[in-house]
Amino acid sequence: MNAYFKTENLSVGYNKKVLIRDINISLEKGKILTLIGPNGSGKSTILKSISRQIPLIGGRVCIDGRDISRWDLKTMAKTVSVMLTDRIRTDMMTCFDVVSMGRYPYTNVVGRLTDEDKEIVVSSLESVGMTSHANQDFNTLSDGQKQRILLARAICQEPEVIILDEPTAYLDVKHKIELLDTLSEMARAKNVTVIMSLHEIDLAAKISDYLLCVKGDTIQAFGTPEEILRENTIENLYNMEKGSYNLNFGSVELAKPEGEPKVFVVGGAGRGIPYYRALQKEQIPFAAGIIFENDIDFQVASKLSDHVISAPAFEPVTEELFNTASDQLLKCRVVIDAGGSGGTFNHYNRKLLELAEQNNIPISRREKENSL
Amino acid sequence: MLNNETAKPYIKERPVRFAAVMVILVALLLFGLVLNINIGSVHISAREIFSMIGKSVLYGLMNIFSGGKYAGEFSAVVSASTESQIIFSIRMPRMLLAAILGGSLSVSGFLLQTFFRNPIAGPFVLGISSGAKMLVGITLIFLSGYIGYLNPGMLVIAAFIGSLIITSIVVVFAGRVKNMSMLLVIGIMVGYICSAVTDFCITFANDHDILNLTGWSMGTFSGADWGSVVLSFAICIPVIFICWPLAKPMEAYSLGEGYAKSMGINIKPFSIVLILLSSILSACVTAIAGPVSFVGIAVPHITRTMLKSSKPVHVIPASFISGAVFCVFCDLLARTVFAPTEMAISTVTAVFGAPIVIYIMVKRRRMQGD
Repeated sequence: MNAYFKTENLSVGYNKKVLIRDINISLEKGKILTLIGPNGSGKSTILKSISRQIPLIGGRVCIDGRDISRWDLKTMAKTVSVMLTDRIRTDMMTCFDVVSMGRYPYTNVVGRLTDEDKEIVVSSLESVGMTSHANQDFNTLSDGQKQRILLARAICQEPEVIILDEPTAYLDVKHKIELLDTLSEMARAKNVTVIMSLHEIDLAAKISDYLLCVKGDTIQAFGTPEEILRENTIENLYNMEKGSYNLNFGSVELAKPEGEPKVFVVGGAGRGIPYYRALQKEQIPFAAGIIFENDIDFQVASKLSDHVISAPAFEPVTEELFNTASDQLLKCRVVIDAGGSGGTFNHYNRKLLELAEQNNIPISRREKENSL
Repeated sequence: MLNNETAKPYIKERPVRFAAVMVILVALLLFGLVLNINIGSVHISAREIFSMIGKSVLYGLMNIFSGGKYAGEFSAVVSASTESQIIFSIRMPRMLLAAILGGSLSVSGFLLQTFFRNPIAGPFVLGISSGAKMLVGITLIFLSGYIGYLNPGMLVIAAFIGSLIITSIVVVFAGRVKNMSMLLVIGIMVGYICSAVTDFCITFANDHDILNLTGWSMGTFSGADWGSVVLSFAICIPVIFICWPLAKPMEAYSLGEGYAKSMGINIKPFSIVLILLSSILSACVTAIAGPVSFVGIAVPHITRTMLKSSKPVHVIPASFISGAVFCVFCDLLARTVFAPTEMAISTVTAVFGAPIVIYIMVKRRRMQGD
């Protein structure tokens, strides 16, 4: 691998106290690296260290084979630009003014913008869709718009490497996607290397070529999203004791209700999901069955209940499994028919509902979902 | 791509505005200077003034370039009549001093506002003027006994040391409190401590020194002579020219330390130079004219509002000129409103300056909620 951006046994921290040690990253030019990890794990510290905002404690950072700690500030500024989480307070500066600060390393001693500089400022504003705000006072923008202007400023610096600390903070979902799109466009078209931290793990996995999992004093993992993201990676990284994270969908489930199941949900094909979540909300422990393991209901039910009676995909339901399910059902006080009893392969679910009727267990049906 | 507004935007350029503002300010300054020479207990017509000034400048220059041959003619013009003596030894040095020191004070305030990223920072509210006053007081009271004669240069040095001490204290505290109003509170408290020390020193001073110190600490341009004009010119004008190349990093610094660093500014030397320059300026003012309040905050604010920009490259020269205008007019009011009794210059500057500070505070709170 031809590494463009590289850290060797990097130790970072504040006031000579090491927070995270042995950071070894290696990236090709034009790739996107995202740092993920819990709050306070040191993502910002790493980003500040590699952008020379704070001094390194040990190890080296190399860009294009050269140790950046030896660079003069101007070379550094022309190679690396940053977008920080610092809230900035300006006074009578228009968006154009703020973005044009990105030309700082290129302008003359009094900071005069040439026509070329101005064009670059305008095209940077264009790339974040803020041209119409060029003459507006920066202070009057919303947080999300400020964020985009600060990205434009970083772009305007025409860097080889762009380092962003939580660029999606304050942004709504539309602008989150647009900002990440701008970044991947920069990486693809201009071959700019992007290093950032994100809180949205799902987006991180989708946009990044590499992920760095930061957890406390060590790096938990570094590699491509495919290599790193396995079952429970995220739960471990964030020490999630309650709730769960679904990697495939990037969705979060809250803590599962504790205790013996009181409700049995007969589901399948996604129809059970609203019931599972509603029961979770009320903290009523439930059992679910019989669902095939490739059913979307299974993804959610298995995160919210310990009593999911599931059958392997593409295999018929065995008699034994049916018995487990009916035992479970008979222990419950209510059965919910979420509508998972249609179809040839689901005749077991129909049998379960019949069993409930025979034993006088009340059945709440799909049409009457409000009575839940 | 993100955007759907691809039309090239019209970027408002502001050099035109800057030029217009400068022209107006210079015109106002000239007008103020003429008024200042003109108005007073002895009325002198404008024509006379111009002819006298013209002659004196002519002979003065000829005298300098010819190596002293025209000294006689020069002094003849200057001391020709009571009127010319009033103009040349009282009114002219006084208004020039007011202009130079007023300009310096507002640039000093602007530098501090940039450094603290706080629109209400200024040498007076941060206690820096009081610090300068304290050391000047100590020098006047305790050292004058040993040295006998004190020249203004020594007072400037004493004021400079005092400014630096207080600035360093405020800088240390500013690192811990990020809040705008807290910084102000610290400055005011430090200012009170300095005043207390000064008062304490006065207790042990003899009557003559007390008189000197009280007169001086009220802040006034009335003691102006050509010596103090030359001294303040020699100190302040070079310092202002040094500020010019600092304008570019100052603008970047206004986005915060992190961004400034990432754009290639070496923060430490930059901020040290900024503080030093600002201290020199305010020390010079305090040593020569005494503490002058609110010019450092009000004038840069007015200037930014007029320019509709806070680009230091424009604000520094513009606020120098508008500071000069502000002080020339305030001094005019100070010496004429209750003539023959003079008011302290701060009495007048506070009347105009303090409301502006209140306005800034209220506006900021509404906008940023801090």
